[in-house]
Amino acid sequence: MRKYFNIIAAYSIMLFLIIMVGIFQSWSIALSILNYCLISAVMTMGANIQWGYAGLINFGIMGYTALGGLAVVLVSVAPVPEAWSAGGLNIVGSLILIISLVLIVRFFLKKYKNHKYKNYFITFSIIFGVILIRFVAFPGIEAIEAVNPAKTGFLGGLGMPVLFSWIIGAFFAAGLAFIVGKIALGLRADYLAIATLLIAEIVVSIIKHEDWLARGVKNVIGLKRPVPYEIDLQTSPWFINLVERIHEGKLNLLSSVSDKKDMLNQLVIDASSVYVKLCMTGLFLSVVIILLILTQKALYSPWGRKMRAIRDNEEAAGAMGKNVVKEHLLIFILGSAIVGLAGAMMVTNDGLFTPGSYRPMRYTFVIWVMVIVGGTGNNFGAILGGFVVWFLWVEAGPIALYLINFFTTHLDETNALKVHLIESAPYFRFLMIGVGLLVIMRYRPKGLIPEKINVKKI
Amino acid sequence: MEDNLELLNAVILLLNYTVIPAITYGSQLALGAIFVTLIYGVLRFANFATGDMMSFGTMFAVLLTYYFQSVGVRLGFLPTALLTLPLAILAMILYMLFIDKFVFKYYRINKSAPVQLAMVSVGVMFVTQAIIRIIIGPFDRRFMDGEKFILKASEFKEMTGLSEGLTIKSTQAITLVVTIILVSTLFWFLNKTKTGTSMRAYSDNEDLALLSGIDPKKVVMITWIIAGFLATVGGVLYGLDKSYKPFVYFNNMLPIFAAAIVGGIGNPYGAFLGGYVIAFAEILVTYAYKKFFIYLLPEFLEPDSLVQLLSTDYKFAVSFSILVIVLLFRPSGIFEGKKI
Repeated sequence: MRKYFNIIAAYSIMLFLIIMVGIFQSWSIALSILNYCLISAVMTMGANIQWGYAGLINFGIMGYTALGGLAVVLVSVAPVPEAWSAGGLNIVGSLILIISLVLIVRFFLKKYKNHKYKNYFITFSIIFGVILIRFVAFPGIEAIEAVNPAKTGFLGGLGMPVLFSWIIGAFFAAGLAFIVGKIALGLRADYLAIATLLIAEIVVSIIKHEDWLARGVKNVIGLKRPVPYEIDLQTSPWFINLVERIHEGKLNLLSSVSDKKDMLNQLVIDASSVYVKLCMTGLFLSVVIILLILTQKALYSPWGRKMRAIRDNEEAAGAMGKNVVKEHLLIFILGSAIVGLAGAMMVTNDGLFTPGSYRPMRYTFVIWVMVIVGGTGNNFGAILGGFVVWFLWVEAGPIALYLINFFTTHLDETNALKVHLIESAPYFRFLMIGVGLLVIMRYRPKGLIPEKINVKKI
Repeated sequence: MEDNLELLNAVILLLNYTVIPAITYGSQLALGAIFVTLIYGVLRFANFATGDMMSFGTMFAVLLTYYFQSVGVRLGFLPTALLTLPLAILAMILYMLFIDKFVFKYYRINKSAPVQLAMVSVGVMFVTQAIIRIIIGPFDRRFMDGEKFILKASEFKEMTGLSEGLTIKSTQAITLVVTIILVSTLFWFLNKTKTGTSMRAYSDNEDLALLSGIDPKKVVMITWIIAGFLATVGGVLYGLDKSYKPFVYFNNMLPIFAAAIVGGIGNPYGAFLGGYVIAFAEILVTYAYKKFFIYLLPEFLEPDSLVQLLSTDYKFAVSFSILVIVLLFRPSGIFEGKKI
């Protein structure tokens, strides 16, 4: 029990903070912070598997998150038949062309390894292929984007349940990770960081600008939910009865019937939003727990030991006959898949897909701060990091505002400095996160909850 | 005669819309890329705070420009920002030395892994970004004043009688001139002076350099001073040419990294050329050549479409793809050559 004391203490403090938000701000805000904390925790676990278990630095979190979000759109949105009939054939045709182009290039690379003109063949086929694909795809894309552009203008999805898309999101991210891993994993650590950062940027710019795929920067709104809608709850009698029962004492204090009814209405509206968020919390919490069990099992399995050995000394592990390249690729794919899952969860939680909002600051660097702050190589630490940093990220604005007001009480309300500081309160979150990261890196380089490896002493 | 004119028109068109903007943008990238490469070569880490450090220096230039304008100090037909440059550079260098003393020095002395230093630079990035936004805000600002054009399209058309105009903005000329002066001074410094040589020695082999009596503290300080020059000048030139917006500067870090790696990271000559490679690639690939071909080709061959390889939305993606290709085939960059 003692061993886990600081973990339990840290999580209790975190829970207490969220409850404080619930009491002082509102339960709805507290729950949305908690939901985002859980999503961040999943992302951090993904990054932690790569960095903590294997020492791979992946600055492309943003790209995998975006792909996970794209999966939600492609799976859950109802298909747009007009768009399919307008240009579906062209898109499918160009997809086949792209696949065959890749196969042809692979064929050349494999079959004619030492041929003199190999590179010319490949260049020629790529150029020819790209031109052909453009000719096939262009009319299709234009036709699709012309179909009711204000509302659809894209192919739509498969119309399947939204929870299914979480799995697909993970697979999308895994697929990208496979390609990126094949290209970039041989690079040195800091090159890998830069390469993944830039590849993620390419992925996001494709999602942003290919409107036929997911409407690009025009956003997709009103995505399906795995939980009930507030409106339905507010009209269903069982829910109203439930709220009435919970708040019986409060309602009985009011004497007039109309007051009572107004009060109940307000309570039902508040409660419905809390209820929906609670359902989401339940879903996210189960994902986090399942992942936690799996990753803990993996960490202490022979495979986990092997990964740590590779992380701590690649050459030695290689000399012992471990396939370093293969294991790196595998763990890169696994970690990215978890990040993709988190991306899908996030879009489901928001109910909208906004490609324009994917920026490296928020989706790569903040996640990395979470990993470093929480404790690399330790899943409990990673989850805690997600909680702490997300909490700070959201609550930094209000905290900064409070501090500014506190320190400038002696100044006049219209004092230029005070007005300027209050206006720039939201930016103090960057300062807090940055200073927090620097302090942790300096004085607690292993994070809040450091990695513990049980070595049996002989 | 008719054909010659068409050819001339086509050349002017390309000059106006691709070559001149690419040279300008390339110079701005090149300064940033040399900054990245110097830090990487001497201090041995990828500095993720690059964009924000450039933004930090530029912020001072912007604020001082506003101040000078309000006092009535101007530089005639040149932008006032040039007058504020020395002060902005000084502020930038002080900030960098401050950050180095309180943040980077600890890890350097402990000989931490480069990845750890890179993570620390992410922390510096957050802090710098916060300071910038708290001081000047996240908004788009223009601080260019003085004469806007050196050569206007209409004047050029009158002068030559061609149907295509050539515009040269004064910011473009200033960028080129300032870059040439700064970069040639830097290369002279690195190659001909004793301090420069000791920097190169330190970068090539730290232990040997220390053995031969090179003072590491001095080398690190000189590196940050040069970095301060490059960051501020690069940032101010970019801001004069386009506009100053903190978020854009953060994003510019990415093509700058691409330029540094394409040129072979750690190699300032490579970084300088890498800047132009990235700029030309971005602009040439996303330029619509329709008009160009209309001038060149006989009438029956004229294209209907834009003849654009990629839409301008993918400008950034182009430079990143080049980077990926380079990393795949020549991880040490195109221009290996001398290391600093």
